[in-house]
Amino acid sequence: MSNVILSVMRRDLLIARRRQVEALLPLGFFVVSAGLFPIGVGPEAHVLRQIAPGVVWVCALLAAMLSVTQMFASDHQDGSLEQMLLAPQPLVGVVLGKVLAHWLSSGLPLVVAAPLLGVLFDMHAGSIAWLAFSLLLGTPILSLLGAVGAALTLGLRSGAALVFLLVLPLTIPALIFGTGAVLAVDGGQSPQAHLSLLGALLIVTALGAPWATASALRISMD
Amino acid sequence: MSVSGPLATRALACRRGRRLLFRGLDLQLDPGSVTWLRGTNGSGKTSLLRILAGLSQPAEGEVLWGGQPWRRAGALARQGTIYISHANALKDDLTLSEAVAFGGALSGLDGARARADAALDAMGLRTRRDAAVRTLSQGQRRRGALARLRLDDAPRTWILDEPFDALDAASVEALSHLIETHAQRGGAVLLTSHQAVTVAGMREFDLEPYRAAP
Repeated sequence: MSNVILSVMRRDLLIARRRQVEALLPLGFFVVSAGLFPIGVGPEAHVLRQIAPGVVWVCALLAAMLSVTQMFASDHQDGSLEQMLLAPQPLVGVVLGKVLAHWLSSGLPLVVAAPLLGVLFDMHAGSIAWLAFSLLLGTPILSLLGAVGAALTLGLRSGAALVFLLVLPLTIPALIFGTGAVLAVDGGQSPQAHLSLLGALLIVTALGAPWATASALRISMD
Repeated sequence: MSVSGPLATRALACRRGRRLLFRGLDLQLDPGSVTWLRGTNGSGKTSLLRILAGLSQPAEGEVLWGGQPWRRAGALARQGTIYISHANALKDDLTLSEAVAFGGALSGLDGARARADAALDAMGLRTRRDAAVRTLSQGQRRRGALARLRLDDAPRTWILDEPFDALDAASVEALSHLIETHAQRGGAVLLTSHQAVTVAGMREFDLEPYRAAP
């Protein structure tokens, strides 16, 4: 199984590297959309600091959804997905490989770019570090849940919009605990409780979502 | 481990949307046999191939692999079948060699890259091996997709949907020869084709008698 995870992941990363513009689009969306807030809200430092965790997290959610809709679409179009379903290897391995590749190519860049936005919102150095860490735990959840949505809406005409509607409500717990951790640090408390819950959420999602995705893919291809 | 089947169907029926395409279909693909599946457009050839490959579920009846239900045979049945559909399953952004090697890796073959290169050489694509798939012609892509048949010599069951599409005369002949060789080593082949096929010892299977009344 680890073989199939690795070979799918390597292939998807290779494709992402060859389609750099497409791969960097979510990152661009993340930075630009979050960057609009200081301009729109005004330069009040304490207001910006207060809304920063929420704004950065919501923009990360939207950026992740933007790219996740494409996770299976092109493989569906050119027949690769059929071959993945027919392979003797477990389909869950294929799904995990694709989710890992998606996270590495579009989730991790968001984590790396988050401190930059933290500076833009005049956040304290401590809060910035915890913001990045909460996103590090949170973005894989987004990739995992997004995969379920993408698999369910495969082949539908307005699939991309449906993914947003299906998956965004499911990401609310991650949003609450992710922003909660940073707000706790701002308030002088420990972020540990929030982060533990976020970590637990990640584990539960990682245990359930790949199987749900695999079943959804089988149904979509029937 | 046996990868040769045989693949058989029992009283198969297929429904697409509300329309019943065919019913009561019994078909057996014995090791070493080549079967040309015939039928008019829309008679359900591709649907039948997809059911046999395990991609969709029949409305009635069952598919048997080596005597047991397809589902129960699971990985063994998937290991023993190669399905090549209308779509070529080659990614535009990969090189031909990378794309074919990925197909091999999915099938669980080791040394997939070397196998892919050898298979592409045999398909007459040696010079196009490192070209991006998007730069290839339709015929070259089709040959690239068919290179999956040459990744190893196991007598698997080949399910080929219009394999001769877009091929030139020389490639058609090479593929016919490949199919004959495969049958000789005990593999079963089921194919559809709109153009005439000449393969020694081939039998025809017509879908017409099984068509459900409209």
